[in-house]
Amino acid sequence: MYRYDEFDHQLVRERVKQFRGQVARRLSGEITEDEFKPLRLMNGVYLQLHAYMLRIAVPYGTLSSRQLRKLAELARKYDRGYGHFTTRQNLQLNWPALKDMPNLIEELATVEMHCIQTSGNCIRNVTSDHYAGAAEGEVEDPRIICEIIRQWSTFHPEFSYLPRKFKIAVSATEHDRAAIRVHDIGIRVLKNGLGETGYEVWIGGGLGRTPIIGKKVGDFIRREDLLSYLEAALRVYNMSGRRDNMYKSRIKILVHEIGEAEMKRRVEAEFEEIRKEGRLQLPDEEVERIRRYFAAPAFETLPDQSAELDAEMAKDEDFAHWVRQNTVKHKTPGYAIVNISLKPIGGTPGDISSEQMEAVADLAEKYAFSELRAAHEQNLTFAHVRKQDLRAVYDGLSAAGLATPNIGLISDQIACPGLDYCALANARSIPLAQEISERFADLKLQHDIGRLHINISGCINACGHHHVGHIGILGVDKKGIENYQITLGGAADEIASVGDIIGPGFTDDKIVDAIETIVMTYLDIRQEGEIFLDTYRRVGLQPFKDKLYATH
Amino acid sequence: MAQHMRKGARVQALTANRLQDGIVVYLTPDNRWSEKMQDADVADGKEEAAALLARGQAFLGSKDVVDVYLFEVEGDEHGGIRAMSVREAIRQAGPTVRPDLGKQAEGKV
Ligand code: SF4
Repeated sequence: MYRYDEFDHQLVRERVKQFRGQVARRLSGEITEDEFKPLRLMNGVYLQLHAYMLRIAVPYGTLSSRQLRKLAELARKYDRGYGHFTTRQNLQLNWPALKDMPNLIEELATVEMHCIQTSGNCIRNVTSDHYAGAAEGEVEDPRIICEIIRQWSTFHPEFSYLPRKFKIAVSATEHDRAAIRVHDIGIRVLKNGLGETGYEVWIGGGLGRTPIIGKKVGDFIRREDLLSYLEAALRVYNMSGRRDNMYKSRIKILVHEIGEAEMKRRVEAEFEEIRKEGRLQLPDEEVERIRRYFAAPAFETLPDQSAELDAEMAKDEDFAHWVRQNTVKHKTPGYAIVNISLKPIGGTPGDISSEQMEAVADLAEKYAFSELRAAHEQNLTFAHVRKQDLRAVYDGLSAAGLATPNIGLISDQIACPGLDYCALANARSIPLAQEISERFADLKLQHDIGRLHINISGCINACGHHHVGHIGILGVDKKGIENYQITLGGAADEIASVGDIIGPGFTDDKIVDAIETIVMTYLDIRQEGEIFLDTYRRVGLQPFKDKLYATH
Repeated sequence: MAQHMRKGARVQALTANRLQDGIVVYLTPDNRWSEKMQDADVADGKEEAAALLARGQAFLGSKDVVDVYLFEVEGDEHGGIRAMSVREAIRQAGPTVRPDLGKQAEGKV
């Protein structure tokens, strides 16, 4: 795993010291809120409905047991004993007091964590595939390039005041689990015909008010040129992106306005200039140095099949269910990828208590090389577990209430904090997710429905990725009353699409029935082997619309 | 307070977040900030609202509160007040999905 170098340590230490001074000056009344607000935001401190919120960066979603234990401790000490994993692979604390913030972030720094670049119009925390290093068919560990981007973008002087925030995601497999096509820049690591590793670069994707799928602007950027290319893209955006209108300031609008071809031309022209300088050329040695941080753990040579596992599965139906639903094939024989659902039936998607964090940290230490991942679906992942240890991992997770066998099923929903916490929200998200998971609690029914992603956002900012949910739900405000709009047919993977709005919205007492009607309609009309998305792509909106708005 | 409300007029109270810890507070008739909405001063109609807002905004340069604004209330069945919008009702009580947290759990209504 990546370890901070001296440079990072120094930076973070200085930042903590600086912020301590700023908080003290604010609390004493020496500086005003207008002066202080941008400073606190630069350190991940937001003011939400009930209290301050601290957004802690989890670079590319990778955490060590030691870090998770520290987060558990901090959540207990400075918050109400829980945290919330977001769709950006970050962790949010919901109740820390401003006066405690300097101590909190100082303690965070002892485990090499911070809140830098979790807010503001800069390049945000880079996200990646939560199966990195374990996925079958992976070209190389995507976190290598994530880390290189992190180092390049941290406090990048030219890009600290972009027209708007900027999000980058990296994936290294054909199947995209990092949603690269709905990011400002999405990078896919791939090989060319000669077997050389390079990067496909997608620009101008994004959700929010204007959801747009990114355009493939770079087909094959060579490794040594990647930073020059990214610098070029960012420079074009920084120069030409709109600063007059917040709703038009993301790079997606620029690409949309000037067109894909013109964007490509401008980026390439800038790229040639930067390349001539040679300043950003990525030397092989540097890549190798960082690659070593992400070296695969010492896997044992094991047969792929584990007799112990098979015997346990035969004995225990619940365990077998969990293995089938929550574990995934690993690239190394005898190992599995384990997904930990943070979506218990009736629970809050992404929430985890301090006790649960500690249980997960312990299990990771014993069975998963002391390392885990936060997935953008608001779940956790152990990337490498021996198949023979799955039983022990399951037992440990069960005891902590973390063994819900629902990964990818209808109850595994993405939901933003919504009006229960968020100051920008129009409507609540979490109670909807809870009610839907309770409505479809029956596992047999969930399996029958098959893979189905429901994503819920409490406002148009789309933190809950509703546009790319197979079924998306967006909370809107109708004169102080919550109302919900449904979209169908969205997807965030390699065949990304933005969902279509089905029709007029529903009040909070009607929305779950509406979702049920949609799901039942699908079960009625699906063909052999189809999941919801396949059926939708085959038949379109109409059959669902007919059922949903039929007058009785 | 609530008994002074005229029917039909827009009745508002003034809220903010406490600087130190972000906790939701309300401006009282004697210019204190209380965690309890029932302690809030209420303004009946436009002019009173403007006066109430001005009293609150006087605190903005200070180290007490941030984000001062008016919100609409109505009388409740116990002679108190209640927020008209879902947003303010949740701000007042705490997350609806965590009845064990926030003012609703601390008896601060
Ligand atoms: S989508 Fe809106 S309501 Fe939900 S977390 Fe983002 S800003 Fe808040």
